[in-house]
Amino acid sequence: MLAFILRRLFQSALVLLCVGVIAFALFRLVGDPVNQIVSIDTPFEQRQQIRKDLGLDDPSIVQFGRYLVKAARFDFGISYQFRQPVSTLIGERMPATLELTFMAALLSLVVGIPMGVYTALRRGSFLSGVFMSVSLIGVSLPTFLIAILLRWIFSVHLGWLPSFGRGQVVNLGWWSTGLLTVSGIKALILPAITLGLFQMTLIMRLVRAEMLEVLRTDYIKFARARGLSDRAIHFGHALKNTLVPVITIAGLQLGSIIAFALITEYVFQWPGMGALFLGAVQNVDIPVMAAYLLLVSFIFVVVNLVVDILYAVVDPRLRANMQAA
Amino acid sequence: MTEPVLSVRDLCVEFVTRRGVLRALDRVSFDIGKGEVLGVVGESGAGKSVTGSAVIGLIEPPGRIASGEVLLKGERIDNLSPERLRHIRGKRIGMVFQDPLTSLNPLYRVGEQLVQTIRTHLPLNAAQARERAIELLAEVGIPAPERRIDGYPHEFSGGMRQRVVLALALCAEPELVIADEPTTALDVSVQAQIITLLKRICRERGTAVMLITHDMGVIAETADRVAVMYAGRVAEIGPVRDVVSRPFHPYAAGLMGSIPTLETASERLVQIPGSMPRLNAIPVGCAFNPRCPHTYARCVVERPELLGRGERASGSHDGAGAGHAVACHLYDEPGVDAEALVQRDKVAAAATGSAA
Ligand SMILES: Nc1ncnc2c1ncn2[C@@H]1O[C@H](COP(=O)(O)OP(=O)(O)O)[C@@H](O)[C@H]1O
Ligand SMILES: [Mg+2]
Repeated sequence: MLAFILRRLFQSALVLLCVGVIAFALFRLVGDPVNQIVSIDTPFEQRQQIRKDLGLDDPSIVQFGRYLVKAARFDFGISYQFRQPVSTLIGERMPATLELTFMAALLSLVVGIPMGVYTALRRGSFLSGVFMSVSLIGVSLPTFLIAILLRWIFSVHLGWLPSFGRGQVVNLGWWSTGLLTVSGIKALILPAITLGLFQMTLIMRLVRAEMLEVLRTDYIKFARARGLSDRAIHFGHALKNTLVPVITIAGLQLGSIIAFALITEYVFQWPGMGALFLGAVQNVDIPVMAAYLLLVSFIFVVVNLVVDILYAVVDPRLRANMQAA
Repeated sequence: MTEPVLSVRDLCVEFVTRRGVLRALDRVSFDIGKGEVLGVVGESGAGKSVTGSAVIGLIEPPGRIASGEVLLKGERIDNLSPERLRHIRGKRIGMVFQDPLTSLNPLYRVGEQLVQTIRTHLPLNAAQARERAIELLAEVGIPAPERRIDGYPHEFSGGMRQRVVLALALCAEPELVIADEPTTALDVSVQAQIITLLKRICRERGTAVMLITHDMGVIAETADRVAVMYAGRVAEIGPVRDVVSRPFHPYAAGLMGSIPTLETASERLVQIPGSMPRLNAIPVGCAFNPRCPHTYARCVVERPELLGRGERASGSHDGAGAGHAVACHLYDEPGVDAEALVQRDKVAAAATGSAA
């Protein structure tokens, strides 16, 4: 088990290194960073001096090493656009994004799994039909359309929920949370639904398909033949087997939730990292873009690692393979 | 004869499909007495598994028991509510399926599966149930059961897993065990062990067994009586010695002719020309008539009843008793020595079997 985790950690580090190369290359691809800092009429000597100060004269590999060492300490340089450390900028906005993605992921699991189980067990019931139809809408409507629809109904029409922003936040150290105020929670609802709906329907359909598959297996038939209760069969034997593959997909989906957060944040003017990134793209703010890239990949890699370990915890066969390997 | 443990009377099972209603079992009747092993044989698709499922109440939609009765110790169980039926499954009737590799839930330790089943049916606490689980594992021949009980199914070999499955089927001391091809998926070398074990345990406890298989060798060695099924009907039923040595039904003759003897040591099974009809194309009259070497006019219009040889003259209907009964018109055909004819078939089948 330990060997397995170590191996996966090594792989993760490799992935992050590759992303680091790409992030670093960004600086090179988009032209001379000095141009981003100085004005047009800065004299040549002064430019040279800045270049030297920034270490841009050193060989690429040295610069890359320096970049990585700094990045590992969450020092991503100074934003061209805001003239502030990138880490400060991200630190201010990360809580908003993480709270949003976490709520969306929670929503997709907490609602998606029971709906999937229900539609599998009560095939052909009216409610199952309703769930399936709703899920069809969930997978087929684009995120921004859902956002606009939700806003139109709940903000504009009914006036129940705010249509943008994060509401009132409370600072817990450097972490600003919207989960402790009513307005913060109200503001979170629509973006979280928008962001989670697609994943929720995906998970529901996945759980349903997987559960139907499991219910047809011999060990479920044998469990029935032993007279176990429906409850023990459905929510013990069947559900546990259903969730094994669902864990993997759900983990991967969490990654894509973070990616999709960009759009949701934009539509709801959510003050998160996605909005920061979009602004950075518009203004060619390379340090911010590079940092965002690194951070998102870091989260991806961590989630994948956790999923792999969880998988092994649930499935004894996998554990055995790991020991053998 | 005392009251049979299991009594199946004119059981019909139908599957409602888009192409119409398929009758998988058509008036199947048989009894199994206390401590008796009834072998059920027939080609694949003959309705053996459906019979087992119907007895234990596991026919699932679109299937249904259309008519007939299933009696356990004289008490009807085919019309019980799902909840009442659940308390019979595993407690009074145990079931063993074909493939031990897929019969156990891979995510639970074998001990957890045993304890759960035991506690479903017996008023024991967790520690007592575990104690009992270990005893059961020892009884089915798992070495070091107090250690193996905490193993996962994948840590057991196929034969060992089938022993675990047997322990699970037996854990509440059922009166009847239905074993549906319990050795088909196993290595030839362990097949005999499992059959011997099943037979020994059931004999010790006086458990009745319905042993479904298409291995005539297993039947000949294990069963007390045998029922030959064809196209959802019982073609012949009787004491295993009689049916093997002197089958009455032309189909059974073909089957018995294919039993591998020591000299031929043939692994080949049924080699009767033709194949069993599909459920949507069962011929009128005797279902076997297109393949039968002795077809008379009556065979293609009227379905033969399952009657004991002695009952034929009297015309009484109790083919499922302890005697040797057959569903074949040959035996009512005047001027035909049916037994001699069928014996010749059997010898011929044996000859082709060994030649092949
Ligand atoms: N769920 C089902 N739906 C439709 N037909 C079925 C179903 N289960 C079994 N049958 C049919 O019932 C017949 C008997 O099947 P079975 O009892 O499994 O045969 P076997 O004697 O090989 O065990 C077969 O023709 C099969 O096609
Ligand atoms: Mg079968």
